[in-house]
Amino acid sequence: MSAVIDQFQRGNAAAGLWTAVTLSIGALIAVPLLSVLVIAMGPADGIWAHLLTTVLPVYVSNTLWLMLGVGIGTITIGTSTAWLVTMYRFPGRRVLSWALLLPLAVPSYILAFVITDQLEYAGAVQSSLRAVFGWTSARDYWFPEIRSLGGAIVVMSLVLYPYVYLLARAAFLEQCFALFEVSRSLGRGPFTSFVTVAIPLARPAIAVGVSLALMETLNDFGTIDFFAVATLTGGIFDVWLNMNSTAGAAQLAVVLVTFALVLVVLERVSRRSRRYHSTSSRVQALPDYRLARGWGIASTIWCALPVALGFGLPAAVLCNYAAEFYAVTLEADYFRYVWNSVRLATWAAAVAAALGILLAYGVRLAPRRTIRGLAELATVGYAVPGAVLAVGILVPLGHIDNALDELSRGLFDAPLGLLISGTATGLVVGYVVRFLALSYRTLDASLTRITPSMDGAARTLGCGAGAALRRVHLPLVRPSVITAALLVFVDTMKELPLTLILRPFDFDTLATFVYQYASDELLEESALGALTIVAAGVLPVLLMSQTIAHSRPGHR
Amino acid sequence: MRNLLIFAVASIVMLSAPAGLAAGEVNLYSYRQPFLIEPILAEFTRRTGIEVNVVFARKGMIEKIKSAGANNPADAILTVDIGRLDALREADLLEPVDSAVLNANIPANFRHPDGLWFGLTTRARVALVSKDRVTPGELKTLADLADPKMQGRICMRSGKHVYNIGLIAAVIAHDGEVVAEQWLRGVKRNLARKPQGNDRAQAKGIYEGVCDVALTNHYYLGKMATNEQKPEQKRWANVVRVQFFDQNGRGQHVNISGAGIIKNASNKADAVKLIEFLASDTAQSMYASLNFEYPVKSGVKTHPLVESWGSFKIDTLDLEEIARHRDAASRLVDKVRFDFGS
Repeated sequence: MSAVIDQFQRGNAAAGLWTAVTLSIGALIAVPLLSVLVIAMGPADGIWAHLLTTVLPVYVSNTLWLMLGVGIGTITIGTSTAWLVTMYRFPGRRVLSWALLLPLAVPSYILAFVITDQLEYAGAVQSSLRAVFGWTSARDYWFPEIRSLGGAIVVMSLVLYPYVYLLARAAFLEQCFALFEVSRSLGRGPFTSFVTVAIPLARPAIAVGVSLALMETLNDFGTIDFFAVATLTGGIFDVWLNMNSTAGAAQLAVVLVTFALVLVVLERVSRRSRRYHSTSSRVQALPDYRLARGWGIASTIWCALPVALGFGLPAAVLCNYAAEFYAVTLEADYFRYVWNSVRLATWAAAVAAALGILLAYGVRLAPRRTIRGLAELATVGYAVPGAVLAVGILVPLGHIDNALDELSRGLFDAPLGLLISGTATGLVVGYVVRFLALSYRTLDASLTRITPSMDGAARTLGCGAGAALRRVHLPLVRPSVITAALLVFVDTMKELPLTLILRPFDFDTLATFVYQYASDELLEESALGALTIVAAGVLPVLLMSQTIAHSRPGHR
Repeated sequence: MRNLLIFAVASIVMLSAPAGLAAGEVNLYSYRQPFLIEPILAEFTRRTGIEVNVVFARKGMIEKIKSAGANNPADAILTVDIGRLDALREADLLEPVDSAVLNANIPANFRHPDGLWFGLTTRARVALVSKDRVTPGELKTLADLADPKMQGRICMRSGKHVYNIGLIAAVIAHDGEVVAEQWLRGVKRNLARKPQGNDRAQAKGIYEGVCDVALTNHYYLGKMATNEQKPEQKRWANVVRVQFFDQNGRGQHVNISGAGIIKNASNKADAVKLIEFLASDTAQSMYASLNFEYPVKSGVKTHPLVESWGSFKIDTLDLEEIARHRDAASRLVDKVRFDFGS
């Protein structure tokens, strides 16, 4: 690919402009990460000697187990369900094909709360067990510890598998089924063909989905804190707030980033030396294999289970709480919180999708390793906990704001105050910086599937790079652009740590409103707010599913 | 490209609503959940006409103040323990205040000698013990928590929580790190389960029969005992009684919720008025009646329920001394692997 595009690039005056655009967007997302690096240069008062001899091994092993568990969980649920709803006809398939995305709308700390609520001693499950067996106290029987590594893996797999599902389903839909049918006609069974043909073809998409899920796993604090699992992220906050060492915390954050880098490298390695462009432009209708009744029902149950646990259960419990405690939320400025959340999420989604496509296309135009490497490096910031990223954003924004203020005072004698970091603009900047990784990775994976001969054809016919993007690539990847924007929208609605720190005075979103109660495990009082976050995620999720379903030409 | 630029500029213009810097408004950073202090702030506004704008967060506040530099919009900060106040002082972000009202209303041991911070309420970290399973006199001192007779009977939240860090720091300040380490190892051995949940969840643990002794801040018992909306919490409160520590020795460990004025505050005068109001009879009795905390101002009544638990002897250890040992306390929790359970 590089050879072809390089030809067009040479002698093209616009190429320099594209490199500049790519580099400046890359720099924008890299800034907070760099400022965390700068903070990490400070002295850390022997924190490493302390950590190495005490808790660091546990942090690292817990983090690795968590990633392994969530990795296996999301791949298993995500790819199996995506394959079933794409290829087979079974009861409820039509509904499940979009419902499987719904858990994406549920913040993981809320699912953690709800699942614990149901499974702990006073919850429905253990209460019934006690009633049945006549036990009277927790000392009478054994029940698995909910607040544990295992619990955290289950909860995170349930809310994060939609990333894998989303991308795997898109990839399966775009696949050429002739290959699969060839495999079948050569005597391979459906399962073997799935594993040996369909999965390898969808591997880049699955790898992107899983790497996004694992980056979210790395940056999560709410869930692991609730489940009392000591991970690197927990360690960062401990060193930062309890040991009062910003530098030490930043250094731990750098360790976390190296974990993310390993992930990115693994994802790239899994794609290496393979190009997954569609080789054929012929598209046939999907096969729609009908399943025997037993298998059909088994498929229904298998696909319905993650939806029930990851969405149905929390939604039902929240509805239940909301019916009782709605007053607390309504007495507060509920509608303004909704408006704030939706407004911010819309802006963040639009800006992140626009910058994401420019960055991904810029990287495509300049496939020199350095530029691609820089883009990858810039987007690992996604694995950094939101609160740490927020500090990384505050520092440079503070400098910019103060410089602008000084300039304005000098020139016009008018103080500006904190123009960006003191207003909601700072929040949008923060969201874009944090979630650009999401849109870039989605769009990069999508652009990769367009064969470079398209670029070649467009450019031979006289299109510049910009015109080719507008007239060729954009129409082809439009579903992915919409998907990217919707992903950012949903994630911004749920975003908490960065919002808490970057927001201006008297500015609450649904997430921050819910947090003031949830932070003390009083989710009931803010259930209506939490329910609204979930509900606001449902519509984008439906849109996303529509977009993907229609991404296959000729598919009904 | 041009459309994108217009879009970006429009985006910034639309969201850059002027920050709340208007005169007659106080900007407040709060580690306390707003719903707890809103009635008190509303009363302040009603009396003075001064609006209070709040940002609630528990992380990154120090960094936020630092990065804002000379344009820092925040006037005052509210915290829920001495540790954060001391960290702010150490970062040189607090402005000294010399107020006759504050000096008169707040006892000297609950405020900084140079007026950098002021304690507004005290909270005792007490034991809630099972009425049935703990005999009177069985648990009297913090040291008893490490005694083998407490084996498998104690519930506690994470050792890293600010409330527990404060308590452990106090033990270090009194007894030194060596003794404190032995003590903490003993407590860990006696845990009924891996540290988890919030303070209320520990009382719930007693109700469920998981443990006999729970370490909590005293006001949570008041909140549970009077919780009309969640009657199950009343049942948790019903099975426990309050046990103050070390009444024949150095006294019960207490921490404070407090406030300070931030350097470069643009509205220092009104911010001081706010803190003075928080230390006044009105606000102090609101703290007591709404949140079951102990007022710092003498003569202000505590909540009748809290009153019924009896008065107690307070550990007079200097609060700054506790704050100084927070780092050591946090490292000790790591060293004995407290949070990984017994």
